[in-house]
Amino acid sequence: MARLQEIDYGTPKRETDKTVTLTIDGQSVEVPEGTSIMRAAAEVGQQVPKLCATDMLDSWGSCRMCLVEVEGVRGTPASCTTPARDGMVVRTQTQRLEKIRRGVMELYISDHPLDCLTCSANGDCELQDTAGEVGLRDVRYGFGGEKHFGEAAEAKDTSNPYFSFDPEKCIVCSRCVRACEQVQGTFALTIDGRGFDSKVSAGTAADDFFGSECVSCGACVQACPTATLTEKTVEAHGTPNRTVLTTCAYCGVGCSFKAEMQGDQVVRMTPYKDGGANEGHSCVKGRFAWGYASHKDRITTPMVRDRITDPWRKVDWDEAIQFAADRFKAIQEKHGRASIGGITSSRCTNEEVYVVQKMIRAAFGNNNVDTCARVCHSPTGYGLKTTLGTSAGTQNFKSVEKADVILVIGANPTDGHPVFASRMKKRLRQGAKLIVADPRRIDLVRTPHVEASQHLQLRPGTNVALMNALAHVVVTEDLVDEAFVAERCDSEEFGRWRAFVAEERNAPEALSESIGVAAETIRAAARLYATGGNAAIYYGLGVTEHSQGSTMVMAMANLAMATGNFGREGVGVNPLRGQNNVQGSCDMGSFPHELPGYRHVSDDAVRGAFEADWGVTLSNEPGRRIPNMFADAIDGGFRGMFVQGEDIAQSDPNTRHVTAALEALECLVVQDLFLNETAAFAHVFLPGTSFLEKDGTFTNAERRINRVRPVMPPKSGLSESEAVCRLARAMGYPMTYDHPSRIMDEIARLTPTFAGVSFERLDREGSLQWPVTEKAPNGTPTMHIGGFVRGKGRFMITEYVPTQERANRSFPLILTTGRILSQYNVGAQTRRTENSRWHEADRLEIHPFDAEERGIADGEMVSIQSRMGAITLQAEISERMPQGVVYTTFHHPSSGANVITTEYSDWATNCPEYKVTAVQVARSNRPSEWQLEHEEVRRTHYRRSMEPAE
Amino acid sequence: MNAHQESESDEVEALVVDMCRQHDNAPAALLEILHDIQDAVGHVPQSSLAAIADALNLSRAEVHGVVSFYHDFRAAPAGTVTVKVCRAEACQSMGALTLIEDLCRRHGVTLGETSADKGLTIEPIYCLGNCALSPAALVNGKPVGRADVERVDGAIREARS
Repeated sequence: MARLQEIDYGTPKRETDKTVTLTIDGQSVEVPEGTSIMRAAAEVGQQVPKLCATDMLDSWGSCRMCLVEVEGVRGTPASCTTPARDGMVVRTQTQRLEKIRRGVMELYISDHPLDCLTCSANGDCELQDTAGEVGLRDVRYGFGGEKHFGEAAEAKDTSNPYFSFDPEKCIVCSRCVRACEQVQGTFALTIDGRGFDSKVSAGTAADDFFGSECVSCGACVQACPTATLTEKTVEAHGTPNRTVLTTCAYCGVGCSFKAEMQGDQVVRMTPYKDGGANEGHSCVKGRFAWGYASHKDRITTPMVRDRITDPWRKVDWDEAIQFAADRFKAIQEKHGRASIGGITSSRCTNEEVYVVQKMIRAAFGNNNVDTCARVCHSPTGYGLKTTLGTSAGTQNFKSVEKADVILVIGANPTDGHPVFASRMKKRLRQGAKLIVADPRRIDLVRTPHVEASQHLQLRPGTNVALMNALAHVVVTEDLVDEAFVAERCDSEEFGRWRAFVAEERNAPEALSESIGVAAETIRAAARLYATGGNAAIYYGLGVTEHSQGSTMVMAMANLAMATGNFGREGVGVNPLRGQNNVQGSCDMGSFPHELPGYRHVSDDAVRGAFEADWGVTLSNEPGRRIPNMFADAIDGGFRGMFVQGEDIAQSDPNTRHVTAALEALECLVVQDLFLNETAAFAHVFLPGTSFLEKDGTFTNAERRINRVRPVMPPKSGLSESEAVCRLARAMGYPMTYDHPSRIMDEIARLTPTFAGVSFERLDREGSLQWPVTEKAPNGTPTMHIGGFVRGKGRFMITEYVPTQERANRSFPLILTTGRILSQYNVGAQTRRTENSRWHEADRLEIHPFDAEERGIADGEMVSIQSRMGAITLQAEISERMPQGVVYTTFHHPSSGANVITTEYSDWATNCPEYKVTAVQVARSNRPSEWQLEHEEVRRTHYRRSMEPAE
Repeated sequence: MNAHQESESDEVEALVVDMCRQHDNAPAALLEILHDIQDAVGHVPQSSLAAIADALNLSRAEVHGVVSFYHDFRAAPAGTVTVKVCRAEACQSMGALTLIEDLCRRHGVTLGETSADKGLTIEPIYCLGNCALSPAALVNGKPVGRADVERVDGAIREARS
């Protein structure tokens, strides 16, 4: 489409059913009570000139440009700060107003350079537009006086890698400062000085943008009406001329974006205000870190090789597909149908994932399909389905605006899910209470204007104990919502659960020592959660990646059911999904035991429907999970693998075990953007597509199905789904779609929860939250209203079983892992952007006491030794850590964080126990053995084998 | 930063933490805390901003915004003697601008800055409420009415003695 310019209504939308009716320029307007005159006027297409107002921010009333006349009111009130009232008669355009506005504009322009033609905002500048609207023809004050531009200008601040700050263009409207406060919630900007000397300042006088508290979300750049804050890409290329609406491919928030383009070149990404997940906000990854898509490391030609020590050979698609198919078929002939399988990726679209699992089930003829969600949110699926009936979070993100108590467990939203964190922080600033359960003092515990009421700094691995202790307080202090439980839950199971958690051994006093949190603190948190109004739980991988991950998910569901926190806005149990399409890839039938829509492969009726549609006979036996694939590869029973967009050699636990398995395979096909760590073991490399080339849908953490639209054709010449279809055909199964929308049509046809979903509807309505069924034709923002999906809510007994991975004298510390704002998972994307400037290497965070005991100084290299292996990292002494616990991120392959993680996993789903590894830390002056090996292998056989032959 | 500066900034930090605590770390007490610091240290050192922000759970930018808004808070120590000359309407009409110019020239100081020997700071101020005796000045907190160079110099000598 041509460049999409969203209407700026000037002030935020009011949400109330009460309305008022007024007359603006002779037109009658009905608006929600509290709406500004400015917004009411914009609703009927009458935009009042403005500079300091924008609809992402509360009105400010400083620019004096939006004055209007109101009958019976003296003077000329500002339309942005004056609420519309019943019966008001407003005029937005009179001779008097014209004169005032022009006079104000003269003052602005007397202190603004007149270099419009060479300015980076030329054609995209609200100051320029407004000067035009008010008919500015002359500046009576001239340009001879004291001013802020020209020789008087302060130096341009270009320290941020993505945008620049040019104070000479600034009109001090404070939109950037307010955006940082109100939208992002970071408060990194301020106005330095006052009066004529006022200027925008990042941090203090000693800081530049990069050195300030700025998190580079870009909300200020978006809010700036002039060229003062501008994307460097706009400076370099000029203003965009067309827009493609699409969805971010980073985390599970799933922000809607306008890709603003010139030809097939992205000029900038701007969050879309109508996007349900983000409502016009973004983070540093989504808005700025898309350069990886055109990084020189991208491989765009298919490649094959006979042995993994051979150099790659560039081939055409047909040869690559045939090569893979021949090998797979040969393996199956020799070792049976079940000897091959594959893994789907949570970064790919629903349609791409669907065709991979279909290829495996229909063309490979087995159920050996698993997905990277195995190693992140599989316990979520299991736990929520068991207790509530649906493998998904219960709310939409907007729900947090109605929450009174927010319990964050094992998640670090300001780093991992920053746009949702901003929405959460907004609610917290309004007064909602916060409880954080995390071994590490994450930013949310205390960050400007937000402070947790309770920080339960528990020992890693004691989640379930904590939940049982909280539940014990609820049950024994009479805080159960008896009416809710009686009406909505299975009473027999509730009775059993009540008796179980009421046992003395589950009391905070009994568990306090194992958890490492004082009993009184646990009691206070439980009381707050149960009695503070709407209570909502948000959680992340700190919940799932444990030996009791599934138990923990059920324990949280128990607690929320017992306190009546389901089935309305502001409550619920909500997984914060790590990757853009974790929810979707699970929905699409990526698990070895489930067909699309979470229906077991042994269910004859369901399987029958797929068999009829697909024209094949499907196996009724669940296939292999990822860990089984690895184990069987080493044993020889599993010999061929198709890996879609996942770097298992870096991301899965116990790296040595994984690489041994991959080395043993006779055919490994990797479909990816880059030659990643896994590709070192591959025989076939099929070049993938970035989100900028994809046509499909992503489903975010709130079950919202969003469209992903291509801004350019696939760089590899072939869409990923087409490549998979060709492979399926070469294997002998006919699979053809003339458009990705046909894939979604098939999904909708075969999956009841997607019944009403189609590209056409998504294009028309923006997004839909599944289930989209006959009963809920417009989707389901809040689940379980009026009753649980499974019928009666099911309380599960959640016995706390400590992990087998224990600290002892040789391994006295517990290592836990997490993410950082600027980087994303294994870093394949973000490491290939300027985001690395914020995080060049993974570090080991260690408590000052633990460091001192070992003679470790800040910044020194330390070795981290577990029962599995050792790695070396730089130490960062940090009071965020409790004593006895160390922490690292895992964004850089050379860190090898997974060399030391163990093979313990969730009892129900095999989700690895990444979050608990007993380690010893010591000073070290050399890389670990693994790192030396890794480097050596990289230098010799990887280099030869990884570099494509010319 | 050399060792001396480091220990000085550590000292300031300890002082700031203590002062914030005396005000219950209440963000609303920011102005009073800044006054306390200026009273104790003579200025509000750049190195104190982060400590204040941390104690009150504000951002560094917010603290900087407040400090820089009020001219009374200074970022560097003032001279032994501070002269504030009123530049509001009444005093201007009675020759305050010339007085400022003369004082600055005589003492070799730029308005708003401190002399090289750290002996004297001359600053503008806007209304001391002493318009009847314009032009008005303040020398180390002591009012000087009908100010001229001689009277101000006299007050400076007195303040130094």
